[in-house]
Amino acid sequence: MHFLLLFSRQGRLRLQKWFTPTPEREKKKIIRDMTAMVLARKPKTCNFLHWMDLKVVYKRYASLFFCLAIDDQENELLALEILHRYVELLDKYFGNVCELDIIFNFEKAYFILDEFLIGGEVQETSKQTVARCIERLSSLRNSCRRLRL
Amino acid sequence: MSPSVRLQEMIRVIRSARTQGEERGVIQRECAAIRAQFRQADNGGRSHNLAKLLYVHMLGYPAHFGQMECVRLIASPRYNEKRVGYLGAMMLLDENQDASLLITNSIKNDLAHSSQYVQSLALCTLACMGSAEMCRDLAPEIDRLLRASSSYIKKKATLCAVHIVRKVPELGELFTPAARALLAEKNHGVLHGAVILITELCERNAQTLVQFREAVPELVHIMRGLVTSGYSPEHTVAGISDPFLQVRILRLLRILGRNNDTASDAMNDLLAQVATNTDSSKTAGSAVLYETVLTVMDIKSESGLRVLAVNILGRFLLNNDRNIRYISMTSLQKIVSTDHNAVQRHRGTIVDCLKDQDASVKRRALELSLALVSAINIRSMMKELLLFLSTCPPELKSHAASGIFNAAERYSPSQRWHIDTILHVLITAGADVRDETVPNLIQLITNASQLHCYTVHKLYRALVADISQQPLVQVACWCIGEYGDSLLQGDCEETEPIQVTEDDILDALETVLQSHMSSPATRGFALTATMKLSTRITENVDRIRSIVSIYGSCMDVELQQRAVEYNALFKKYDHMRAAVLEKMPVMDRSSMGQTNGESGGGGVQELEPTKPKQPEMMVAPQPASQVCDLLDLLSDPEEPSLPGGPLGPGGAPLGPAGLMSGSAGGDLLYLLGGLELTPTPTPATAPAAVTVYDKSGVVLKLSCERPLDASQTITLTATNTSDHDVSSLTLQAAVPKNVQLQMKAPSGDSLPARSSAVVTQTVLLNNPNKVSLKMRVRLSYTSQGSPFQDTVQIDSFPTPGL
Repeated sequence: MHFLLLFSRQGRLRLQKWFTPTPEREKKKIIRDMTAMVLARKPKTCNFLHWMDLKVVYKRYASLFFCLAIDDQENELLALEILHRYVELLDKYFGNVCELDIIFNFEKAYFILDEFLIGGEVQETSKQTVARCIERLSSLRNSCRRLRL
Repeated sequence: MSPSVRLQEMIRVIRSARTQGEERGVIQRECAAIRAQFRQADNGGRSHNLAKLLYVHMLGYPAHFGQMECVRLIASPRYNEKRVGYLGAMMLLDENQDASLLITNSIKNDLAHSSQYVQSLALCTLACMGSAEMCRDLAPEIDRLLRASSSYIKKKATLCAVHIVRKVPELGELFTPAARALLAEKNHGVLHGAVILITELCERNAQTLVQFREAVPELVHIMRGLVTSGYSPEHTVAGISDPFLQVRILRLLRILGRNNDTASDAMNDLLAQVATNTDSSKTAGSAVLYETVLTVMDIKSESGLRVLAVNILGRFLLNNDRNIRYISMTSLQKIVSTDHNAVQRHRGTIVDCLKDQDASVKRRALELSLALVSAINIRSMMKELLLFLSTCPPELKSHAASGIFNAAERYSPSQRWHIDTILHVLITAGADVRDETVPNLIQLITNASQLHCYTVHKLYRALVADISQQPLVQVACWCIGEYGDSLLQGDCEETEPIQVTEDDILDALETVLQSHMSSPATRGFALTATMKLSTRITENVDRIRSIVSIYGSCMDVELQQRAVEYNALFKKYDHMRAAVLEKMPVMDRSSMGQTNGESGGGGVQELEPTKPKQPEMMVAPQPASQVCDLLDLLSDPEEPSLPGGPLGPGGAPLGPAGLMSGSAGGDLLYLLGGLELTPTPTPATAPAAVTVYDKSGVVLKLSCERPLDASQTITLTATNTSDHDVSSLTLQAAVPKNVQLQMKAPSGDSLPARSSAVVTQTVLLNNPNKVSLKMRVRLSYTSQGSPFQDTVQIDSFPTPGL
C-alpha cells in the first residue's frame, strides 16, 4: 500500500496515512489529484481506478470517501475488504460512526488505524482481536490521564 | 477545563469559520498560542497542543515547528504524551527530515520498554517512517523481538522487519532464520506477518527463494487447514476463513512455484481444492478466487487446472458485481496471448460487456475484444465493434477506430468488405481517425479496381449526406475526381442505381469548397477533384473553369496557388490538360511511406524551406505543367533548385515516388506526381546544337561541350527569325539541386530581325553527384514595344549517359 486517504464529498481531507516517504508538496498534489478523480466518478461505476502506475481502490461510506492506493501486484478485491474492515473497526469503537466522529476524534481514528495496519500491511486479521486491543488502549489512556502518567 | 475539550473546541471554531480568510485567522492565532506553549516548560497540556497542531497540519497549513516537540514528547515518560509524540512523528517527520534521526535513541529505548504498548508504539513508528540509517541501527533489536515476545509484539515486529527489508535489502539475511521459525505459529496475525516477510525475502534474494521452496508443503498444509476449517468467529468473513491470510499465502505460493516444476506440482491439488470450494458470492470469496486464478496462471500448472482457472474468470464475467467483471477482464487481458483459445470461449460475454454503463469496464472490454478478433470471427466481431464505435465515450473513440482498422487490415475477408468497414468508421468517427487513414484508404481503393464504380457511388452518397467528417470528405473528393465518369454512368451492379448529373457532382464539390466546416486540406482535395473532372465530363467544363478562376484570388495561399496553376492549364497548356489529368496508376503499398526526395533516378523533389508557404504545400505546385513552376523559381532567381519533374529518364511516370506520408498537401503532390507528363519538346540526342525553343520567331539553340565530365559547358544561342527587332533579351536558367550553375555574361541583348545577328551565353554546369540533368530556361524580351516572357524545359541534353 502506498497511501490511505479519507475525504468528504466536498473534498476536505479527514485522514491521511502515507506508507512511503513523500515530500510535502508531492503529498498535496496527490491529495488534489485523488480527490478530483474520485469525486468525478459516477455512482454506478466500479471501485477501481488507474493513476500513474498505481491502482486506486475507493469506496464511499455515507459522506466519506475511503481511498487506498496499491501496487500493481496487490489484490484489489482484498483492498476493498481492508477498507471495509477499517470502517467496521471505527464503527465498533465509536458506535454508529459518522463523519463528525472522525473529525473531532481524528487522533483516535489514527490510533485505531495503527492497530490494524502497520507499514502498509495488515497486522491482525481478526476483527475481535483488534477491537479488544483498541478498547484496552482506550482504557489505558483514560487511566493514564486520570493518574497524570 | 480538561485540555482535550480545548482541542475539540478549536476544531469547532475552525469549522464554524465562514470564509477561508476567517479560518486562516483563527488558525494563525492558534498556531501562535501553540508555539508559545511549546516554548514553555512542561505544563501537562503538551500532548493536546501537539494534537491541535496535527489537526491544523491535516487542513494543509505548515506545521514544521512541531517537529522538535514531537521529539521531546516521544522522550517523555508519560504514555499519552509518547503516543501523541509518535503520532506526530509519523505525520510530520519522514526520512527526509533531519529531526527524524533524533528519535532513533528514543525508539531504541522504547523497544526495550517493559510495557508492550510502548513497545508497539515504537515498532509502529519505525515501520512507518524508519529511514535506512535507523533500520540498520535497530535491526538487531527487531530480530530479538521476533524471537521472544508475545504474539502482540511478534506480529508488529514482523511487519517492522518487512519494512526494514524493503529499505535495506541486505539485512534480509538477518531475518531469514527467524522468518522460517515463524511459520510454525498458530496466531493468525503473526502467521500473516511471517508470510509477508517471507514473500519480501524471496522477492529480493534468489537464494532465499530456493531455500523457502522447501517450505511449500508447510504452506500447503496451512492453507488446506484454512479452506477446510469450519466457522471460526475470530477470522471468518462472509463464509471464508481468514481471506487476508489465504490471499497472502496464495501470493507466496505463486512466487515459490514460478518456473519450478516440483513446487508447482506440490501445489496443484491445493489450488484445485481452493478453486472449487471457495464460495464467491461475496467480495471476500472472490478475492481468494481471484488470487488463486492469478497463481494458477503464473506457475507451471497442469492444463486441466488452467482451464479451470479460465472458467472461473468466465464465471466472473457473468457476475452482477461490476468490480468482479472488471477484475476478470483485467486478468483475461493478461492471459489472452498465452491461452487464446480458452479465452475465445468467452468471447460472447466479453462482447456484451461493450455495452456496459461503466467506462472502465468498456475500456477493458474493448481491449479484450480487439485481442480476440481472428479470421474466423471477423465479420461478427466487426459488427459489434462498429456498433460500439457509434455509442462509445469520446475518449475511447480513437483507440477503437485504430483497433478496427488494424483488425480489418489483418483479417478482412474481401476488399469490398474492407472498404465498407473503413467507410463506416469514417462516417461514424471520422474526426478521431489517424492521419494516415486517408492515404491508406485511397491506396486500398485504387487497388480494388473492380470496385471503383461501387466505391465512388457510396462515397458520393456519403458526401451528399454529410460533409463534416474531414477524412471522409477528402477521400470522397479524391474518388469523385478520379472516377467521376463511372459515377455519371449511373448504373453499378453492386449498389442501387442513382441518377447523377454533372451538375450534381459539381454542386457537391462546390459545397465542400465553400463550406466553413472544410479544412484547408479538404478544400485542396475538392479543388483538384473539380479540375480532374474537366477531362472526365463533357458539358460543364466552363463551370469548372469559372470555379477554378474564382479561387485564383482566394485568401488561402495554397488554394490560390493551385487555382492559378489550374487556370494556366486551361489557358496556355490546354493541349496538355488531358494527359496531365489522366487516371492514377495503381499504387504500391510499400512506397506509401516514402518521403519526398527518395524517388530513384528522376528529379529530386525538394522541400524548399526558403519558401514562405508551408513546406508540404510547397511541393504541391507540381501541377501538371512544371513550366508554370518557374513562376516560383524566377521569383528568386538565385534559387538553383528545381522542384524537378517527377519524370525519370524516358518519361516513365514516377507514381509512387516523391510521396509524402500523411499530409494532404503531399497527397496532392502524390496525386499529380504520378501523372504521365508529356515532356515539353525534348531535343533528339546526338547533334551538338539542339533547338530547344522556337516561338514567334525567336529561336534558342543549345550545344554542349565535354559531355562526359561532371562539369559541362553549355552554350545558348538565340536568333531572331521574325521581321521585328527583339531587344532587352535576357536568359535565366534553373537546374536541379546539387547541380551548380554559373552563367557567363551574354554577348548582347538585342536580336535584330531576320537572324542577322545572334546572342550567345555560356552556362557552366557542375554536376558532381551525376544527377539527371535538366534545365529550365526563361526568356524575356521586348518585341514591337511589348514585353514577352516564356519558359522552356530542357530535359535531355544532347549527351550520352544521361
